[in-house]
Amino acid sequence: MIRLLSGNEAVARGAWEAGVAVASAYPPTPSTEILENFARFPNVYAEWAPNEKVAVDVAIGAAYAGKRALAVMKHVGVNVAMDSFMYASMTGMEAGLVIVSADDPAMHSSQNEQDNRNLAKFARIPCLEPTDSQEAKDLTIAAFGISERFDTPVMLRLTTRICHSTTAVELGERVEPTPDNCSEPKKFPRNPAKYVMVPGNAIRRHPVIEQRIRDVAKIAETFPSNRIEMNDTRLGIISAGVAYQYAKDVFPQASFLRLGMSWPLPEPLIRTFAASVEKLIVIEELDPFIEEAVRLMGIPVEGKSIFPLVGEFDPYIVRESAIQAGLLPETARQPVVEVEVGELPSRPPVLCPGCPHRSAFYILNKLKVPVNGDIGCYTLGLIPPLNAIHTCGCMGAGIGVAHGAAKAGSPEKHVAVIGDSTFFHTGIPALLNVVYNQSPVVTIIMDNRVTGMTGHQQNPGTGITLQGKDTVEIEIERLVRALGVRHVKTVEAFKMDEIETTLKEYLKLEEPSVLITREPCALLPEARKRWIPLEVLSEQCNGCTLCFRIGCPAILKSDELDAHFQRPKACIDPTLCTGCEVCAQICPRQAITFRPEEHALEVSQ
Amino acid sequence: MKKPLNFILAGVGGQGTILASDVLVNVGLAAGYQSKQAEVHGMSQRGGSVTSHVRWGETVYSPLVGRGDADVLLAFEKAEALRSLRHLRPGGLAVINMEALLPVTVTSGGQPYPPDDHIQACFNQVSKAVYLDGAKIADELGNPRIANVVLLGALSALLESWQFTPMEVNVETWLGVIRERVPPKYIELNQQAFHAGREAALLQASNQT
Repeated sequence: MIRLLSGNEAVARGAWEAGVAVASAYPPTPSTEILENFARFPNVYAEWAPNEKVAVDVAIGAAYAGKRALAVMKHVGVNVAMDSFMYASMTGMEAGLVIVSADDPAMHSSQNEQDNRNLAKFARIPCLEPTDSQEAKDLTIAAFGISERFDTPVMLRLTTRICHSTTAVELGERVEPTPDNCSEPKKFPRNPAKYVMVPGNAIRRHPVIEQRIRDVAKIAETFPSNRIEMNDTRLGIISAGVAYQYAKDVFPQASFLRLGMSWPLPEPLIRTFAASVEKLIVIEELDPFIEEAVRLMGIPVEGKSIFPLVGEFDPYIVRESAIQAGLLPETARQPVVEVEVGELPSRPPVLCPGCPHRSAFYILNKLKVPVNGDIGCYTLGLIPPLNAIHTCGCMGAGIGVAHGAAKAGSPEKHVAVIGDSTFFHTGIPALLNVVYNQSPVVTIIMDNRVTGMTGHQQNPGTGITLQGKDTVEIEIERLVRALGVRHVKTVEAFKMDEIETTLKEYLKLEEPSVLITREPCALLPEARKRWIPLEVLSEQCNGCTLCFRIGCPAILKSDELDAHFQRPKACIDPTLCTGCEVCAQICPRQAITFRPEEHALEVSQ
Repeated sequence: MKKPLNFILAGVGGQGTILASDVLVNVGLAAGYQSKQAEVHGMSQRGGSVTSHVRWGETVYSPLVGRGDADVLLAFEKAEALRSLRHLRPGGLAVINMEALLPVTVTSGGQPYPPDDHIQACFNQVSKAVYLDGAKIADELGNPRIANVVLLGALSALLESWQFTPMEVNVETWLGVIRERVPPKYIELNQQAFHAGREAALLQASNQT
């Protein structure tokens, strides 16, 4: 049966067909849907782990125990998991282990565009790269075969464009684990020489993994996804991933060597191809990974001298680059009419109407304190008019950065802002450090009861697992107290006065403190039921614009001018307003209604 | 169809752009083409720009449509139509829903929103556009959320009258794909919306020529 599947759906399907028993991930844009889809198949276990390192350890444990296992993360998630990724390469496993790295050329939703093929090479493990959804499924299955044949983890490297493109896939059946390929839990291996990486054992494993990657290179010669497509021999193109598709559109006449395995490279195959074409180029997104390896073979080749190093490609970029380099004639250019469309209104990401993060950011901006932020919806607190995030580097960074600045003698008190899911991810050890080494950092944990930005995934605070089972709900306040923080308060996120009073009190302290602002994300189904739009009382409003300073998309300038100041009065879009009352609390003229008494905001328990 | 047919769908998050492109890519598959689709959106939640690329053909490689290479632009919002104009090839077909969704940068940020005559003047330099009021047609059918299907109906009729698609992509192919994607109780409404879109488009196209 042929179905149209996204790359993410195809990887999930491939993992299921390959008989994967255990999968673990932290919700990672652009590959979140892999585990969401995999979790719905029968006879599988799938979980959200608190972070990527834990996810990789879980997958390694399952593979040690003899079951095929999958760990999924975005490119920067591999950084978090790197320590585990490296020892898995050293030990190998009892059953197949595949680690999905979803890279993000153009940084659609990331802080960098690192090329993780480098990390596969660094770890001496094979790297497979699909060019569409069919190959995403096929290579997922192939990766488990390679993993078991060579006793190595395998990286399946996707990019955002592969994850989010939909192409046709031929569906297959699951190969259910049998006693032969370990359906019954095998006795857990007692093999310390292989699985206990103390120096004496590790030093014996290192030559093993160096030989292993040389052995994989031998099968790369005949790997079905590495193949030569001979055509006009004046130009030969080596390509991998989605870049292959763009190259095929732009150079329909050229000869191709497409590489479904981008590490290790099939050197004899590359030499054969290079010898059969007049000019050899590499078309690959991001780093000159294949290009440099080919050049090290002593083969003349061009790549990044023609095509961009930065960002993602599309057919237009590939064609223009080729024309500028003289690979294609000027006549190859598509006719384009240049139209001056003028300034178009931007639609930047903003905190949604009713977002429980808005209130604290408004107060932080008012207090003019330095704020070390983190990664999640609340990073949007940086956007004007809130202007209340001053650093943000990666998951879990904010608390440590605030502590370091405090220890460096920063003259102001520092506030660290982190969401519930990110606190579970990597915030806990950083807060432990603030307590252990005592700095007066004020940490705000914005607990919106869900992993928000990636699309409402469960986390250890929600009391529900990825596969919908009820579980222990971690209480953040008790956890924070257990870490040794003595000044801790949980406040409802829409109670502006209480947040401001608490922050002012905590900023005077000379020891660590934590403020938890708690309120479910306004887009959660339960929260949506409580939406009630507020109104501006036109006769009370004098157009002072204070309510615009909370940056709420529901508050608009009306056409009506205040008689005295000739300023536009505010009005509220009833289709957007949720009735969070943040604007009503800051209006100095009581010109914005509160919710009716019977619908008063409830404590979010 | 020797050369692939390239579509760009442009709208604002929440308008049903993604559902429409899901229908479009599956219509291509049902008609026997190789069919690919790519969604392009960043960290947009509600209210962000959403673009989707769809390609049908005997052989389709890239899932993305390059600049100046779209045969068809289907825009669900006026300003988003203009934002995607650079994708449209000269002489391509543009179907534009004349709805304005004002972002916060306009309502309280003071950015200008392009007036209708400017939008039309821009499109006139590239191609002939067909302008529709999908929201009004959807309202008349009693459900404002059905505007995306109205526009798909309009697109289907215009593809035929512009002879962009061969005969095998007929009304029944479209309706079959739509029926598979909506709950049973909404099938009748979706069919009405699809046909209303077809009629409006043909009427509008004949008025504009």
